[in-house]
Amino acid sequence: MLDFVQQLVSGVALGCVYGLIALGFVLVYKATEVVNFAQGDLMMLGGFFAFTFIGMMGLNYWLGFAGAVAAMALFGMVAERVVVRPILGYPQFSIIMVTIGLGYFLRSVAGMIWGTDDLKIDTPFSQGVLRMGSLVLAYDKLSVIAATMILCTLLWLFFNKTMLGTAMRASSENMLAAYYMGIPVKRVVSVVWAISAAVATCAGVLLAPITFIHSNVGLVLGLKAFPAAVLGGFGSIPGAVVGGVLIGVIESMAGFYLPEGGRTSRPTSCCSPCCS
Amino acid sequence: MRFMFKTDYEDDIKLFPHSGYIVTYGVLLALLLIAPHVLSSYLMSQLVFVCIYAIVGVALLILTGFTGQASLGHAAFLAIGAYTAAYLQKYNVPFPVYFLAAGLLTGIIGAMVGFPALRLTGIYLVIATISFALIVEEILARWESVTHGNEGMRVKALSLLGVTVPRDSPTFYYLCLAVLVLTIVGTLNLLRSPTGRAFVAIRDSETAARSMGVNVALYKVKSFAISAAITGFAGVLFAHKLSFISPEMFTLQLSIEFIIVILIGGTFSLHGAVLGAIFIVMIDPFLTYLKDDMPGIIAGIAAAFGAGTTTAGNIQANVAAFASLNGLKGAIYGIIIVLFVLFEPLGLYGRWLKIKLFFQLFPLYKRATFKRQKIYVKSERNR
Repeated sequence: MLDFVQQLVSGVALGCVYGLIALGFVLVYKATEVVNFAQGDLMMLGGFFAFTFIGMMGLNYWLGFAGAVAAMALFGMVAERVVVRPILGYPQFSIIMVTIGLGYFLRSVAGMIWGTDDLKIDTPFSQGVLRMGSLVLAYDKLSVIAATMILCTLLWLFFNKTMLGTAMRASSENMLAAYYMGIPVKRVVSVVWAISAAVATCAGVLLAPITFIHSNVGLVLGLKAFPAAVLGGFGSIPGAVVGGVLIGVIESMAGFYLPEGGRTSRPTSCCSPCCS
Repeated sequence: MRFMFKTDYEDDIKLFPHSGYIVTYGVLLALLLIAPHVLSSYLMSQLVFVCIYAIVGVALLILTGFTGQASLGHAAFLAIGAYTAAYLQKYNVPFPVYFLAAGLLTGIIGAMVGFPALRLTGIYLVIATISFALIVEEILARWESVTHGNEGMRVKALSLLGVTVPRDSPTFYYLCLAVLVLTIVGTLNLLRSPTGRAFVAIRDSETAARSMGVNVALYKVKSFAISAAITGFAGVLFAHKLSFISPEMFTLQLSIEFIIVILIGGTFSLHGAVLGAIFIVMIDPFLTYLKDDMPGIIAGIAAAFGAGTTTAGNIQANVAAFASLNGLKGAIYGIIIVLFVLFEPLGLYGRWLKIKLFFQLFPLYKRATFKRQKIYVKSERNR
């Protein structure tokens, strides 16, 4: 039973990271109906930024975290402006290819700059554990869960309660009609890319103590987070997190209870037939 | 400038609209036939890969370019073709039989993938094909009694009518070329038949196609099956060319490469598949060439512009260090994809058409001829 709870918590923590990356997918999709296949790579880049600020420049953890989020938000805006905006509205397929290309590029460049080794960020949560009776929970995992809850709630409120969030939903339904209603669609799209890059950065930084950061982490986790978004219904913020947690828990349980071989989870395989 | 008057339907569907085509393609074919006697063995080997990639490109064009169904799972079809060949070869099945069997099996599996794909559009179809590719990859790795799992399978040299054809012989190249030419001619014929017209109708508007009496479901499955079968044929040649196959060769990366082939070549014409294949296969030797020779050349240019010996040496060292960075190939890939989608959405063949039109209309060419219209996003969710 104790093992079960342990596995459950670590599964939920891992799942929250998937959920956070999936949130990025969902945000961009919700606002522009574009699927950003470079989302995982934005997360990877965010992790590297945080590493640069915290590990190399020796900034305070929270300061470095904030710096990385700000830098990546800016980066997300620039990426949107340069790569996505010229073809916004063209067939899905072109945009998928552009973001795949962007992902390739970011992965290689990150590999060139930061090398191909695994990097680790020291966080305030890296060490301690929370003891409840005989149950031992690591702070780093709890911190991921807490941060995901907070971010998810904030984003849900943002999308459903604020003007800007409503504008984003409107521009995804029908861009031309949104223009007619006086919504500055271009700016809205910029902002949504900034937010999704910032969320990806949070995922990257929170992930750093659990799995290390290397240049391919985005591809691997992106491929797992993507089905999480699909599972949650692609347009739904809580759905993405639930989907992520589901996949994280399944993966963690399968790793613990199934024999060797069932361990590599291929969530894409199991959930795509149900997504039409 | 040549004016072409079409007086009946036969004129419209001719394979060679005018005699110029026969001359151009005749010369091209002649050049390709004498290529083995001229080019180095390395380039010949690359040319074989161009043929194989072009066959897959044509297959993907039928599905993605002409029927409008995106697929990121073609590496899996290639794998099924390759493994069928390798497996049947163990039981001494002759080449023509397993060649056809591979195509048939892949075609059937393609049709089976096509059925669930009927309900999916756009992004969801992409996900479904990705997951199909991942499933196939996993099956290949686990079904050890047939596929030898991750150890891979050795493929013996091809033997055609009792004659052994080594994988780097000119005969093998001719075989690949023949398959490519047959595929292209067959596809051209397919595309001017009612089936091909139905494909294009589905791509342009499913609703309109259905209202004109096109059985959308049937033709989508047909498109999947045909595309998969052709990829299966390519898989057989691929297996023989590599002489060793293992599951990790047929990854998502390869599927993406196939998409890049048609994306760079141009998705609206079969020329695109060939041009894209040439591009994607030749980029490797080109990058190697850049890596080896570029530093010297740049330093030479710098020296010619009056840089001192030490400066030139520094430049050479820096460029060489840059060129041998690890991820450079990936970065260049990424940039190429992005640039093509942004600035040359019609691909290399589109660029060729623009250049041709420029000279045909010489003083009157307008850039706006190929300008893209402004499109606004409208949700696909509420369809």
